Amino acid sequence: MSYSLKENVMKEDRFAAGHRMCAGCGSPIAVRTVLRALEPEDHAVVCSATSCLEVSTFMYPYTAWKDSFIHNAFENAAATISGVETAYRSLKKQGKLDASYKFVAFGGDGGTYDIGFQSLSGAMERGHDMVYVCYDNEAYMNTGIQRSSSTPHFADTTTTPVGKVIPGKPQQKKNLTKIMVAHNIPYVAQTTFIGNFKDITEKAHKAFYTPGAAFLNVMAPCPRGWRYPSEKLMEITKAAVETCVWPLYEVVEGKYTLNYEPKKKLPVEEYLRPQGRFAHMFKPGNEWMIEEVQKEVDRNWEELLKLCNL
Amino acid sequence: MSHLAKDMTPDVTWRDITPGCNIYEGGTSQVVETGDWRTMKPVIDWDKCKQCLLCAPVCPDMSIPVGKDGKRGDFNYFFCKGCGICANVCPFGAISMVKEDK
Amino acid sequence: MGIRERLSGNEAVAYAMKQINPDVMGAYPITPSTEIPQYFSAYVDNGEVDTEFIAVESEHSAMSTCIGAEAAGARAISATSSCGLCYMTEMLYVAASSRLPITLAVCCRALSGPINIHNDHSDAMGVRDAGWIMLFAETNQEAYDNYLQAMRIGEAVGLPVMVCQDGFITSHAIENIELEETDKVKKFVGQYKPQHYLLNKDEPMAVGAFGMPAYYMEAKRQQAQAMIDAKDVIRKVGKEFGEMTGRTYGLVENFMMDDAEEAIVLIGSSAGTAKEAIRQLREQGRKVGLVKIRSFRPFPSEELAESLKNVKAFAVMDKDDSFNAHCGPIFAETSAALYAAGISAPKGINYIYGLGGRDVRVDSIKHVFSQLDKIVETGKTGETYRYLEVRE
Repeated sequence: MSYSLKENVMKEDRFAAGHRMCAGCGSPIAVRTVLRALEPEDHAVVCSATSCLEVSTFMYPYTAWKDSFIHNAFENAAATISGVETAYRSLKKQGKLDASYKFVAFGGDGGTYDIGFQSLSGAMERGHDMVYVCYDNEAYMNTGIQRSSSTPHFADTTTTPVGKVIPGKPQQKKNLTKIMVAHNIPYVAQTTFIGNFKDITEKAHKAFYTPGAAFLNVMAPCPRGWRYPSEKLMEITKAAVETCVWPLYEVVEGKYTLNYEPKKKLPVEEYLRPQGRFAHMFKPGNEWMIEEVQKEVDRNWEELLKLCNL
Repeated sequence: MSHLAKDMTPDVTWRDITPGCNIYEGGTSQVVETGDWRTMKPVIDWDKCKQCLLCAPVCPDMSIPVGKDGKRGDFNYFFCKGCGICANVCPFGAISMVKEDK
Repeated sequence: MGIRERLSGNEAVAYAMKQINPDVMGAYPITPSTEIPQYFSAYVDNGEVDTEFIAVESEHSAMSTCIGAEAAGARAISATSSCGLCYMTEMLYVAASSRLPITLAVCCRALSGPINIHNDHSDAMGVRDAGWIMLFAETNQEAYDNYLQAMRIGEAVGLPVMVCQDGFITSHAIENIELEETDKVKKFVGQYKPQHYLLNKDEPMAVGAFGMPAYYMEAKRQQAQAMIDAKDVIRKVGKEFGEMTGRTYGLVENFMMDDAEEAIVLIGSSAGTAKEAIRQLREQGRKVGLVKIRSFRPFPSEELAESLKNVKAFAVMDKDDSFNAHCGPIFAETSAALYAAGISAPKGINYIYGLGGRDVRVDSIKHVFSQLDKIVETGKTGETYRYLEVRE
C-alpha cells in the first residue's frame, strides 16, 4: 500500500478538538496521527497515563476521545490497557463479544521511561496484542519541566537548573527504544513528525496491525519546556533527524532497519541552538558541552548503523 | 435521569452525576471553544495555496479540515489556538499569522 | 445438599473462583495468598475455566489489569497479602472511585518491619479508607461463603469487594468445609451485565476523568451512598445465601450476646478462640459474649450500638495499631458508633493483639474478660490503650 498524504488527512480524526493542550504542543499531533492509522472499521480502546495529555483531554465532562478511553494512573497505562485487552480476549473466546478491537496506550516520557517503566516492561514481555506509544517530550512537563531519564544531557530543567557548579542535566538520555527491542517483541519503532507524515503513519499502522505487543517512541516537542517559538515545531523535529539526535528506525522481529539516512549529517548545534533549554551550551567557555553531546550522538549513530548492517 | 455529558454541568447534584465521573459518549470536548486562547490568527491566501496539504497533519487542534474532495477548507477558528505551525510549514507562504483583534 | 470436603482457606477461595468462572484474573505471588493464583492457574491451564490469567510483574499491575478488565466489561479478580496490598493501594482508590466491582481475596498478613509473614490485620486496615467493601472470615467455610457472596454485593452497588481471611491461620489450615454445587453457585452469583463498559461497540465510554472541584465532591458523595446502600445489600444477599445453604450472614455475628454484661468485639479467626473462652466462662455462670464483625466496610455502626448498648464493659480487639498513641481502628469506630447513637454507659477498652502472628489463646481472651471484670467491679476504666500478650 503506497502512502498518500491526501488519503491520510481525508480520514476522520478519532481524536477530537476542544482539548486543552497548549498551543503548538507536539503530543496531540502524535495522538491524532497514530489514531488515524487505525482502519476506520476497527474499534479501539485508548488508554492514557496521567499526563498533560490526560488532564487536557478528559476534564470532566469533556472527553476528546471518540473511542472508548480509560485513564487509570501515572505509572500503569501499559498494565491497564493489557487488562482491557485480556478482557477482550476472554469475552471474545466465550462468544460474549463480536466486534473487532485494537488497543493503544499513550504515555509521556515520565510515565514511560521512569515511573511506568516496570508496568510497560511487564506488558511487553507478556506479549499483549497492544500498542504502547510514548510521546517523548523529554521532561515532566505537566508538573513544570522537571528532568526525567529521557531528558537529554545538559538540558536546563527545573530540577536540573543550570547552576554555578552543575550545568544542567548531568546524565545522558536513556535509550528506551533499544530497551524495548530487548523485550523481543515483534515491532518497535522510533519516529517523529517529518514532511508528509509518512514515517509516523506507516509505523503506527504496522504497530497496530502486527499481532502482539508493539512499541512506538515518538519525539513530540514541547515548546514551553524546550523553549522555542511554537511555530518552529517541524523545524525542531527535522533538525533532530538531520543531526541524528533522533534517528528514524524500526525493528521488526529483531531486525533493525534505518528508515532515513541524512545525506549530510548535520552538526548537533543545528538541533541545540534554537532551543532555550540548551542556550547555556552556547556561552563562551562551554564549547566542551557541545563537543561532548556531538561525541554521544556520533557513538549512538555508529552503533545504530551497525545494528542496521550499514 | 440523564447521563448525557451536556447535563453534567457544575450544578449537577451528587445523585445525578454520572457514577465514577465516567462519560458514555465520545468526543464531548467539541463544545469547548479553545479559539479564544488565540493571540495570533492564521489567515490563508487562497491564491497562493496549492492544496499540497502539508499543513493539515501538523495541526494539534484538528482545525484544518480536509473535505471529501481532498481539498483543505478554511481554518476552524472555534478551535484554532494560533500556534503557527501550519504557517511555518507552508512551502508557498500561503498562510500568514496576523494579530488577533478582539 | 452441599458437598463435604477438607480444604485450606486458600484452596476454598480458589475453588469458589473456579465455580464462578470469572473472565480475567491478574495476580502476583505473595505469601500467604500465593496458593490462590497457583491453584487457579492450574484450573486455567487445564481448561477448567474460561478465565484469562495475567501473570503480572507486580501487585500494582495486578490491580491495574483488574481495573482495565472490569471497566472493559469483564469480571476481574485478584488475590494478595500484606505489602502486596500496600503496593496496590493507589489502584484500590481508583477501582472504588471508578465504581468497578472487582473482587480481591486478601490473606491478611503483617507489614514490615521487621519483615514478618504471619497474620495480623495491618494490611487490610491500612487500606480501610480506599472505598472497598471489606468482608472478614472467621473460618475457611466463611472465606468460601463470603467469596460466593462478594460479586452479588459489589455488582449491586458498583463497588469493589475485599474478601479477607487470616493468613496461615485459615489460608493454610485444612478444615472441614461444605461446598455448594457449581450449578447452584453459578445461579446464585449470576452473570455480570454492566450497564456501561469500554467494549460496547455501540457506546464509547470514557473512564478516569480529571475531576475539578465543581464535580469531585459530588462524585465522592455518590460513592459514599453506594457504601451506605451496601449495608442492606449485604444483609439481603446473606439471607438469600442462608436460604440456599443454611448459613445466613449479616454485617456482624452476635455470640451469646443476649444477656451479656461483658463483651469482646473483634474480627477474623480469633473469633473461634473467643467463642471457646466464652463457652468456658459461661459454664462458670459468667454473662460474657462476642460481637464478631463480618463487614468492616460498610461499618456496622447500628448493629454494634444495638449489641453493646446494654453491656457494662467491652473490649475491642485490634490486630493492628494505628500508632496514634490512642487506639486501634476498630476501637475508634466502635466508640464513634456508640457515641453517635447516644450510648455512653458501657465502659470500653482497646487491646492491640496478635501482631505478626502472636498467638491468641483461650487464656488470652479470658485475661481480657478478667480485665473487664475489674472495670465493672471498680467502675474505673483505667488505661484504654492496651497491648495483649506482650512481654513486659
